[in-house]
Amino acid sequence: MSSDVTQPQVDSIYKPLPKVTGWRLFLKTVIARAYPRLIGQQREKSWMFFDIFLPMLAVSAYVFVYRAIQAPEDYVGFAVMGGAMTAFWLNVLWSMSSQLYWEKEQGNLALYIIAPNQMMAILLGMALGGMLATALRAVAIIFLGTILFNVTFVVSSFLQLLVVFMLSMTALYGMGMMMASLFLLLSREAWHLSNLAQEPIYLVSGFYFPIKSFPFWIAAGASIIPLTLGLDAMRQLIFASGPALGFVSVKLEVSVLLVLCVVFLVGAKLLLDYMEKLAIREGRLTESRR
Amino acid sequence: MSPLAIETRKLGRIYKIRGNKKEKNVRKELAALSDVGIQIEQGELFGLLGPNGAGKTTLIKILTTLLAPSTGEAFVAGYNVLNEPQHVRPRINMVSGGESSGYGLLTVRENLWMFSQFYGMPSREANQRIVDLLKLVGLGDRINTKSSDLSTGLRQKMNIVRGFMTDPEVLFLDEPTLGLDVGASRDVRHLIRGWLDDDKKRTLLLTTHYMVEAEELCDRVAIINQGRVLACDSPSVLKRRLQEDILFEIKTSPLNGLSAQAIEDLPEVHTASLTEMEDGALLKLALVEESALGPVINALTDKNITIMSLNKHEHSLEDVFVQLVGHSIAEAEKGSQDE
Ligand SMILES: Nc1ncnc2c1ncn2[C@@H]1O[C@H](COP(=O)(O)OP(=O)(O)O)[C@@H](O)[C@H]1O
Ligand SMILES: [Mg+2]
Repeated sequence: MSSDVTQPQVDSIYKPLPKVTGWRLFLKTVIARAYPRLIGQQREKSWMFFDIFLPMLAVSAYVFVYRAIQAPEDYVGFAVMGGAMTAFWLNVLWSMSSQLYWEKEQGNLALYIIAPNQMMAILLGMALGGMLATALRAVAIIFLGTILFNVTFVVSSFLQLLVVFMLSMTALYGMGMMMASLFLLLSREAWHLSNLAQEPIYLVSGFYFPIKSFPFWIAAGASIIPLTLGLDAMRQLIFASGPALGFVSVKLEVSVLLVLCVVFLVGAKLLLDYMEKLAIREGRLTESRR
Repeated sequence: MSPLAIETRKLGRIYKIRGNKKEKNVRKELAALSDVGIQIEQGELFGLLGPNGAGKTTLIKILTTLLAPSTGEAFVAGYNVLNEPQHVRPRINMVSGGESSGYGLLTVRENLWMFSQFYGMPSREANQRIVDLLKLVGLGDRINTKSSDLSTGLRQKMNIVRGFMTDPEVLFLDEPTLGLDVGASRDVRHLIRGWLDDDKKRTLLLTTHYMVEAEELCDRVAIINQGRVLACDSPSVLKRRLQEDILFEIKTSPLNGLSAQAIEDLPEVHTASLTEMEDGALLKLALVEESALGPVINALTDKNITIMSLNKHEHSLEDVFVQLVGHSIAEAEKGSQDE
């Protein structure tokens, strides 16, 4: 084993390389941390089953119910859209929020903190990677659902659709980033919380039916989850009967989403700074083996 | 003159330990470091030698900006680690023994590339360097292996490449050979020395609880036990300090209740330590005069203890440790496990 180790003689191997700082470093960090998420799904093909087949099952169940009770045909499309968005929700709930905790256990967190980058860039990279990787699943679900159940889309404005989608994603993953720091602080307790939260949120966020069916205040309360309003707005923009079944106007929903984006991203940054300070003061959050 | 690479002044760290569920409000305090003052020059390979729980990792965490000191100050490359981490971080890197950093589904090269980006290295050049370094450490044929498929020894070499890769001014290695077999340990030590000697501006601080490692590898060694630095000098100077004492190792039959203290109380006996062995005991003596050996042997024979062998001993760092601490590192670790 030792025979193939040679004394360093080649000067160039260790010659210092120029390094970027500031926003370029930020960008490099985001891309580098997104990379394992993107490459990961390519190497672990098992996600296909869990992340596409299982949501498709849920979608199918709703579709059969809607067909049986002869609900308006657009409800089928609603369920397909909901199934696609579920993929993002699960990704945030299970991969984003527990991620920093996992990184701590793995020993990565300490290395991320001592590197000259910003932790915010690490979190953004995680979010971006997760989002792009999940987008593939979402597209697959929409594609399959559309073919299987004959969904007809009537897009009123592609631009608005894009804006709503981007805002929903920013707010959703902003929330995920915030939860990541929160999980790290609360560790195990938070785990139970999100376990508890998963099912009720499916229900009140209207993944499979319009939230207009709920009393106003329940729907308004559910709007704290960015996908609730995002999904409602998107449905209004892509189905013929969407606007009639919408919760409030798309304009208002976009404004609220904008506020959520700011709140969650600022919240994520503040919590992250707090987490780092606490870690350094108490010396427990970078501890990987206890 | 350039500033010291590392300096600590009266550095201390106290951990507050929460009680278990029953005594939730009981708070214990543990002084992991007390009054540590060390100065490390640029270009030094400095070793922190001490048993498990001595406070080595705590000191590394403080110096790498991961942990705040409770008292005192610490400087790395001239910057205060607590107030100026933004200046310290670009200048350092850290590798810990047995760490499982990175992502198992990425290849060795991809993992290293990812970390290079966190330091702002140009992507293409970083990749080239990673390949060169991997070849240098003998991982040339594992560049595209998933890092989860590496053995402990190879993984540690990958981690060390991660440390070298970013051109740190000061590199921290926490127990770099932990859990490695003899061959891999030797390779790693070889790499460490090679990296340091390659450029006189580099400084390296490593921790270890292996005597041999400290003695062979380090320019200077601080012996640390229970959070305190007991001695700090080059291995040869540390050993020379002992030279006045004359060392003997005596293998005996079982001890029949004779204590090290009883022997130490004999005249001209500086220190005495006893280690139980399978079929008897090992008695280590530091004597002021060779003539003190007689009474010791008498004390043994009085208790019907048979002497199986007697050796005059050459000094090692182990002896320095025993003299300072009162027992060997192995014994210290046995003790801390029993707690
Ligand atoms: N985060 C922590 N909280 C409480 N006690 C700790 C913590 N980290 C280390 N300790 C204690 O501090 C002492 C020194 O630990 P450490 O610095 O890890 O020693 P070493 O690296 O020399 O083995 C030990 O007694 C250890 O149990
Ligand atoms: Mg340690």
